[in-house]
Amino acid sequence: MTASWPILSLVTFLPLVGAGFILLVRGEPDVVARNARAVALWTSLITFALSLLLWINFDTSTADFQFVEKREWIGTFGITYHMGVDGISMLFVLLSTLLTPLCILASWEAIETRVKEYMVAFLVLETMMVGTFAALDMVLFYVFFEGVLIPMFLIIGVWGGGRRVYSAFKFFLYTLAGSVLMLVALLAMYFDAETTDIPTLLAYSFSPEMQMWLWLAFFASFAVKMPMWPVHTWLPDAHVDAPTAGSVILAGVLLKMGGYGFLRFSIPMFPDASAYFTPLVYVLSIIAIVYTSLVALVQEDMKKLIAYSSVAHMGFVTLGIFTGGTQGVEGAMFQMLSHGVVSGALFLCVGIIYDRMHTREIARYGGLVYRMPAYAAVFMVFMLASVGLPGTSGFIGEFLVLMGAFQSNTWAGVFATTGIILGATYMLYLYRRVVFGPLARAELKNILDLNRRELATMLPLVAVVLWMGIYPKPFLDVFAASVDNIVTRYQAAQSAPAQPDRPGMPTQRLLANR
Amino acid sequence: MTFHALNAMLAFPELFLACAAMALLMLGAFRGDGAGRFISWTAVLALVIASLFVLGLGGDRATAFGGMFITDAFASFMKILVLLGSALGIVMSLDYNEREGIARAEFPVLILLATVGMMMMISAGDLIALYLGLELQSLSLYVVASFRRDSIRSTEAGLKYFVLGALSSGMLLYGASLVYGFAGTTGFKALAAVIVESADTPPLGLIFGIVFVAAGLAFKVSAAPFHMWTPDVYEGAPTPVTAFFAIAPKMAAIALFVRVMIEPFGPLVAEWQQIIVFISIVSMLIGAFAAIWQTNIKRLMAYSSIGHVGYALIGLAAGDEGGVRGVLIYMAIYLFMTAGAFAVILCMRYQGRMVERITDLSGLARTQPLLALALGISMFSMAGIPPLAGFFGKLYVFLAAVSAGLYTLAVIGVLTSVVGAFYYLRIVKLMYFDEPVEAFDRPVGPAMAAILTGSSLFTLLFFVYPGPLVAGASAAAAVLFAG
Repeated sequence: MTASWPILSLVTFLPLVGAGFILLVRGEPDVVARNARAVALWTSLITFALSLLLWINFDTSTADFQFVEKREWIGTFGITYHMGVDGISMLFVLLSTLLTPLCILASWEAIETRVKEYMVAFLVLETMMVGTFAALDMVLFYVFFEGVLIPMFLIIGVWGGGRRVYSAFKFFLYTLAGSVLMLVALLAMYFDAETTDIPTLLAYSFSPEMQMWLWLAFFASFAVKMPMWPVHTWLPDAHVDAPTAGSVILAGVLLKMGGYGFLRFSIPMFPDASAYFTPLVYVLSIIAIVYTSLVALVQEDMKKLIAYSSVAHMGFVTLGIFTGGTQGVEGAMFQMLSHGVVSGALFLCVGIIYDRMHTREIARYGGLVYRMPAYAAVFMVFMLASVGLPGTSGFIGEFLVLMGAFQSNTWAGVFATTGIILGATYMLYLYRRVVFGPLARAELKNILDLNRRELATMLPLVAVVLWMGIYPKPFLDVFAASVDNIVTRYQAAQSAPAQPDRPGMPTQRLLANR
Repeated sequence: MTFHALNAMLAFPELFLACAAMALLMLGAFRGDGAGRFISWTAVLALVIASLFVLGLGGDRATAFGGMFITDAFASFMKILVLLGSALGIVMSLDYNEREGIARAEFPVLILLATVGMMMMISAGDLIALYLGLELQSLSLYVVASFRRDSIRSTEAGLKYFVLGALSSGMLLYGASLVYGFAGTTGFKALAAVIVESADTPPLGLIFGIVFVAAGLAFKVSAAPFHMWTPDVYEGAPTPVTAFFAIAPKMAAIALFVRVMIEPFGPLVAEWQQIIVFISIVSMLIGAFAAIWQTNIKRLMAYSSIGHVGYALIGLAAGDEGGVRGVLIYMAIYLFMTAGAFAVILCMRYQGRMVERITDLSGLARTQPLLALALGISMFSMAGIPPLAGFFGKLYVFLAAVSAGLYTLAVIGVLTSVVGAFYYLRIVKLMYFDEPVEAFDRPVGPAMAAILTGSSLFTLLFFVYPGPLVAGASAAAAVLFAG
């Protein structure tokens, strides 16, 4: 792709243009709703098609940023509008653009009120998500990262169910509280490095003392977003009360922003602090894996169960990232992508039966396989992918993470592995209770199988899950160079007495005394 | 001293406005209240012309009246904001005053006179000029606060404002006299020279004087712990007057605060920095926590404005050029957010009477989506959520705090902004999540619609092209430190 063709900006801001068109739609409520849906679907499909160009033209041999655009923005501080993707971020952009049209399809009939506003919120959300992954300036990143909150708050609060107001506030304030500390850290970095440009900062080394504070501030933000135990409690609430599509985006994309943040900022920019805090992250990850799996086991609400499983799966991701080894980080990347698709799909599965029965209580279902064979098959694929069955996307990620974990710390590996067993337990248990067993309940006797729209929503995801599981190479290739770059630098920063020009570093002082 | 040496033409915008106010007063006296609308629009025109004069003067630093009156880029920047705020205040009052039967010809005249006072405050180069400007402003404002004279609430607000305002003026004056007593001069330039001379051992009386001056000014900007009058006055005053109070006088008082602290007392920054840090923290805390329990939208906006002053003062606490730039950007953005919010509050009419409870906003997104959108943008922006303008205001003041090493202040600032987000979100929640109770009266009126559109677009799209405002604020901040 030539530099004159700002494809990344197009992918980012095209949804906003679509949102603008939807705002212009006028007329009878029915017509407005129909047109809003159509415009939103087409906009997101075109955005997805455009984003495919990113992958097609992506150069997998380099860890550099590609499709780079740079323009003046806030001149006084050298804050620029700087966009670009590397192997880490490119697939997240694609994940966002893939899930958005599917979410719009899934909301086709489920959302009946204020359709116009809903579609606008979703398209704005897409812009913010893509922007978060594509931003190469910290202030720009922060703007997108936080901007996500506004549409998501509205989506949960307006179109959610149950305790939607409580959940929307909890989601918003938890995330905001984490993020504002990152803002202070970001400003401190600006004064130390005199730039907010991410590629420049990646090459800059902060003093070890400063790294500790910066790391903690960024951790506050990403740990909430991820979410890590014990700041995960907003997630089950937000998931349960959000509309189906909102849950899909929450689980599919928003949680990945935390992992992306660790990979983009914490590990490469604060390697000393990352190494120092690795035990903490290990402990929290393992608690997340084991404890939330156990919690998932006793859930009676399907969405809540999947929400807790998300926390557990994200535990694998943080574990993998902080092993700091190639397998671990690649596994974490893969796990994030896989979880993005699988958990999104699982929420869609829940949404499909929720639309029919208006309950998410597991006990109210049973024997669905007799009436809904196609649904049972699709659900099974995702359930097994979530468990991590070989041949599905879930396996590759978890396997790589565990390999990395065993290399770095056997105990961490052992505990994490128990998480896999627990994961299999709660997912299979869920599946048995919902899909198998006798078809006893009268109201389930007339339940209908997937319709064409629902098939169109699910089949792309089935294909992706199987593709990632059977032939993961294209995905691994995309981020191999970038992961390699991060890992090499991370390990170099730890073994070498880094930053020879910086006094105050412990190893440096030790060497000087000799 | 000849008239020429006074350099009086530098004060031409002020002189022009004062003359315009007199002429309009005459017009009102002879033509009666029937000419109210004409007088109001003429007053707006006069404000616009005055702002053109301010622009025409340019940003070069010059003094008039023997150093009592300063014009520079800082003064121009803040004067434009004040003039804009006053014009918005008059325009917002038009329909309201007519509906409520308080459309009197004096109203725009009083606003004009208050504006003259504010511009004098901004340009003050001497403690006496400062006091003159402040009193001209305050006296006009006391009258405007109780403008609805047959309403107990309004007259109470005016009286409260007067008594507490007089108290703060007294403190300020006492401080000024202490400063004069220990420094022997009232001119800012001479004061700075005296202070630099005795920089190592500043006389204790001088420090005392500065503390009193700072307390008096904190009163005027309604910073905690001198904020007690704000909620009552905001609630009691007629709504357009509240809107005006929240915008123009605040700009002027902050400008005065910044100039007094930086120009004459700048060398003593180490002495007064902790005071400002304290005021800033307490204001942010009170603004955040006290607003949570409010049920009246005007009281809520009062606490919100206390909080915003706290954020703006973070920049002053930094005490350097970046800090002042932060203050200026913050106040400019605050002007637009507040104008948008109050324009919506002025549209809160149900069957011909104004309603002020927050719960009256329930379901506004269903009944009047555009109004809800405007208030929603304002609220998210005040909460400091990017990409809205309010975020950039906070970004610049926090930037200043971090650069000055005031990490604690910055962290408290961001954390209170999370608390503050709660009550801003509550309004969004009422409008968007809750079921409608009753639809407000229509139509909104063209002038109000224009203000709503303008302020919302500014708040929403500021991030696209922040350059001009930032550049203007940078230039304005630079002159205070030029020498």
